[in-house]
Amino acid sequence: MSAYSTNEMMTVAAARRLGNSDVTFVGIGLPSKAANLARLTHAPDVTLIYESGPIGAKPSVLPLSIGDGELAETADTVVPTGEIFRYWLQGGRIDVGFLGAAQVDKYGNINTTVIGDYHNPKVRLPGAGGAPEIAGSAKRVFIILKQGHRTFVDKLAFITSVGHGEGGEHRQQLGLPGAGPVAIITDLCIMEPEAGTKEFVVTSIHPGVSREQIIAATGWPIRFAEQVAETQAPQKHELEALRALEARTAAAHGQAGGEE
Amino acid sequence: MAEILSLGEAVSRFIHDGDSIALEGFTHLIPTAAAHELIRQGRRDLTLIRMTPDLVYDLLIGAGCAKKLVFSWGGNPGVGSLHRLRDAVEKGWPQPLEIEEHSHADMANAYVAGASGLPFAVLRAYAGSDLPKVNPLIKSVTCPFTGEQLAAVPSVRPDVTVIHAQKADRKGNVLIQGILGVQKEAALAAQRCIVTVEEIVDELNAPMNACVLPNWALTAVCLVPGGAHPSYAHGYYERDNRFYQAWDPIARDRESFNAWIDTYIRGTADFAAYQAKLQEAKQ
Repeated sequence: MSAYSTNEMMTVAAARRLGNSDVTFVGIGLPSKAANLARLTHAPDVTLIYESGPIGAKPSVLPLSIGDGELAETADTVVPTGEIFRYWLQGGRIDVGFLGAAQVDKYGNINTTVIGDYHNPKVRLPGAGGAPEIAGSAKRVFIILKQGHRTFVDKLAFITSVGHGEGGEHRQQLGLPGAGPVAIITDLCIMEPEAGTKEFVVTSIHPGVSREQIIAATGWPIRFAEQVAETQAPQKHELEALRALEARTAAAHGQAGGEE
Repeated sequence: MAEILSLGEAVSRFIHDGDSIALEGFTHLIPTAAAHELIRQGRRDLTLIRMTPDLVYDLLIGAGCAKKLVFSWGGNPGVGSLHRLRDAVEKGWPQPLEIEEHSHADMANAYVAGASGLPFAVLRAYAGSDLPKVNPLIKSVTCPFTGEQLAAVPSVRPDVTVIHAQKADRKGNVLIQGILGVQKEAALAAQRCIVTVEEIVDELNAPMNACVLPNWALTAVCLVPGGAHPSYAHGYYERDNRFYQAWDPIARDRESFNAWIDTYIRGTADFAAYQAKLQEAKQ
């Protein structure tokens, strides 16, 4: 077993969640890296859709922007952006929405808009992009981001994209078609919503990470499931595929893809 | 019927102070040259509409051309923040910027509605999101057939849309290939539409079902090779990722930003002169 970084563990753990037949709506950055790793390892037939219009993209290097030419050239088809959101997402054809976030709360709600008051912001973030409707309409949602007490917060200043809302049955009451977030994958652990409350609890801890580290890196009193697994360490073939993908990306762009 | 004009003349005749304008192109074919020309001609009080403001609107905002921004994702893709946008929103520099914020699905639908001649778009969106609380234009309607509550947003109908495309023929018919974004919808939603192109050819030879905008749907076509830089034009040049990275320190600081636009935009006669100056600086 070769040594690996916590970021590599996060990407590999996220990639493993994707199945070979999943039609996946992919966000740029970490989600795109994990989704392409899945395609290059255990899920060669996974369908990747990017909001700029490519359906069935098979990039050999990671895109830096959501509309890189590589995505169009390797896609089964390229459709207008309006069609992506209208026919393919709202039409109910997306199995998995794969999202990043600036901040999440314990119900998997996402903030990518603002820190502080909206009208007098402390930090102005990029905004919604495609995430609110991906979070609403995809059949399942995965969220991937690095864990820290500033990113995993008790109360979001702004809910850009809804997860399980206020918990319990709230999401169904809102009338959202998809099941919402089913996993948050971080550099420390995997969290899944607890039955009933829909509060995210730790269900798998990455090798070498302690419960205390996870508690310290979470802005709410994080709970652990009754059965907590140890995440399988990245395997040789996973690390090789990931590192080769990153090396190709760096060679093509002069910078790493998806480290935002 | 589209006239084939210089970009300077097209901007001068068809884009006025106070207009609402959409410079569209989703990462691909971003009409950068048109934004430069707006700065050279000193347009003011523009309402800027664009899903992803990108560097092209960071420029216009920092140069003081904008009073309002309508958008759905405002970052420097693969790099980080748009510093001029943030400075305007957070500190009101160089002047306060009103923002009207949507999601991508909302804006894409709003362009479709605009191109369709409808007053509003309807979509399944925003349940549980805080965006409707800060944007009073996001409302809801009840489906008259099923009773479902759906989001309603006003259509986008700009005074002027500017897009960049690969080629036009000598009559001004335009062919766009690759990632199309919302360019066709933005063009057809606007009162007037200017298209900058990489080249003007005798025959478009457009494949069946290709995205062609007929000359009678356009106002002006302008030959501006390289006009989408630092974004890319599929089949012509690649995205200049290094420029996106280099933009970060230029735009981070007010003085370095001002010096940059004074030198490279206000200090050049047109986009070709800008490109020559940029090339010189690289050597």
